[in-house]
Amino acid sequence: MTTTGAAIEAVDLVKTFGDFTAVDGVSFTVPEGSVFSMLGPNGAGKTTTVRMMTTLSRPTSGTARVAGLDVVRDADAVRRRMGLTAQSATVDELLTGRENLRLVGDLYGLDRATVRRVADELLERFSLTEAATKVVKDYSGGMRRRLDLAASLVATPPVLFLDEPTTGLDPRSRVELWGVLRDLVRDGTTLFLTTQYLDEADQLADRIVVVDHGRVIADGTPLELKDRSGKASLVVAVSRPDAVERAAEIVRAEVGEIHLDRDARRITAPAEGVGALTRIAARLDDAGIELDDIGLQRPSLDDVFLHLTGHRAESDSPAEPADPSAEEALR
Amino acid sequence: MTTAQEHFHAVHPSAQGTGPVRQVSALVRRNLTHIKRQPEMLTDVTIQPVMFVLLFAFVFGGSISVPGVDYKEWLLPGIMAQTMTFSAFIVAIGLNTDLGKGIVDRFRALPIGRSSVVVARSVSSLIHSMIGIVVMSVTGLFVGWGINDGVLRGLAGYGLLLLFGFAMIWVGILCGSALRSVEAVQGVMFTTVFPITFLSNAFARTEPMPDWLRFLAEWNPISALVQSLRELWGNDGGMPAPVDAALPLQHPVLTTIIWSVALSAVLAPLAVRSFVNRTRD
Repeated sequence: MTTTGAAIEAVDLVKTFGDFTAVDGVSFTVPEGSVFSMLGPNGAGKTTTVRMMTTLSRPTSGTARVAGLDVVRDADAVRRRMGLTAQSATVDELLTGRENLRLVGDLYGLDRATVRRVADELLERFSLTEAATKVVKDYSGGMRRRLDLAASLVATPPVLFLDEPTTGLDPRSRVELWGVLRDLVRDGTTLFLTTQYLDEADQLADRIVVVDHGRVIADGTPLELKDRSGKASLVVAVSRPDAVERAAEIVRAEVGEIHLDRDARRITAPAEGVGALTRIAARLDDAGIELDDIGLQRPSLDDVFLHLTGHRAESDSPAEPADPSAEEALR
Repeated sequence: MTTAQEHFHAVHPSAQGTGPVRQVSALVRRNLTHIKRQPEMLTDVTIQPVMFVLLFAFVFGGSISVPGVDYKEWLLPGIMAQTMTFSAFIVAIGLNTDLGKGIVDRFRALPIGRSSVVVARSVSSLIHSMIGIVVMSVTGLFVGWGINDGVLRGLAGYGLLLLFGFAMIWVGILCGSALRSVEAVQGVMFTTVFPITFLSNAFARTEPMPDWLRFLAEWNPISALVQSLRELWGNDGGMPAPVDAALPLQHPVLTTIIWSVALSAVLAPLAVRSFVNRTRD
């Protein structure tokens, strides 16, 4: 067992399905107690990576360790130390919420009193106490997702894998779930989460790897990634259409090159620091031009993603199966 | 050891893995809860065989003659054997349904033996089938069937049914793991298992059949089981299989045991391999 403090470690992970390479040499290290996010579009290899890390799928080559244990050689020991909230709901529809949690507890081999206590604590924590005796079939999407997460936490695993935990949730449930995840991290759990949502990675992760076509194309903290796609820009939103050209002249005189969007009445220019911002604001004010907004805009992770991959995060890559597990099922 | 692991062991000293008995019983309970929540799952061992009893006893029965014994009494062992054969269906559909859902990933990500899911499915399916056997026995009593040769021979008949059901479970695990969808399971098994149960002595005597058909019917393992039940329970009007019947029917109990053991021995490794392949990756 290692004492490196790495809760999760992958070295040159590769997974091929026939001619299709779903994961193509992915490596990463996740320090204990941190949040690591794998960001990428559908078909980028996120789910396949999670399945390898959680012993559900055998790597074609490369090694992976969870809690210092090899996911292939020590699969059973790994299973005892990690929780998984998979992309598709993995709770039993015909059991109640409480029965689902107790089943998982029984299968972990917790003693019966612990099983009962843990199930009730988790139901309470995920606001499912009232629905505890309802059959899961009658749960809403958000409730199912919460129960799924609760089921992954029955044995208080030190490492938790979440595959697109908030996909399909309404904004409120998403924010709630983020809160729960932050609590878990505060209690010392190491999180590995995949997401297509840049703001989610931005909100939660200490480190992000961006993957596309099975390869890591960038990694770093959210801030580092944003910096990589360039400096912040100055954005001026003009109130009246007839003032747009005059405003553009003034900004151009100040910073040189600008980008003008007449329809949106927006002028974008490379930011030359706060000094330029205040000078331009004063000039425009002198000229009597009314503004809706003026300010510096940091690049969003969306911009980062576009910059790195050449395509938007939301778009699917049609050349690959949208769901790698579907590919697996065919084999 | 890392601190998170220490934390884990401190919180759950007992989460060191669990015995197979506990795993299987937890999963059997889960499977039986499904039946409780969807009692219509039991129609295959309740309403369906009862319909068969009624259909054959009262609709076809008049034109099927079995000398020396009331047809209804003669028929019941046949329908019980058929019900037990359909255990294969129950296992296959249950297993296939689980495989098609995310729940199998949940189970596989837990520190449990891979065979636990299959064993639990087999046990709950046998319970499922036994419910059917109880229903059939009660229905039988109403239409004039009974165990005529004593408790011991009666129990021996039920034991033989269970043994045969055990063999059928492997058929079910094989089909349930090998086929891609519940519809495929239903389609394939309905077009094979269903006619095979009819190509036997379950509903009609084999003697009037054309030679080639009679040969198939009398070598059908289901026929040996049915013949055993009739002899053990005294539902044959005191007349054993005709002297010209094929060898299996001359020694039906032994044949049933051999068939059950042989089918299990051949199919079990195939079924387990098929299940493991299906759940690998």
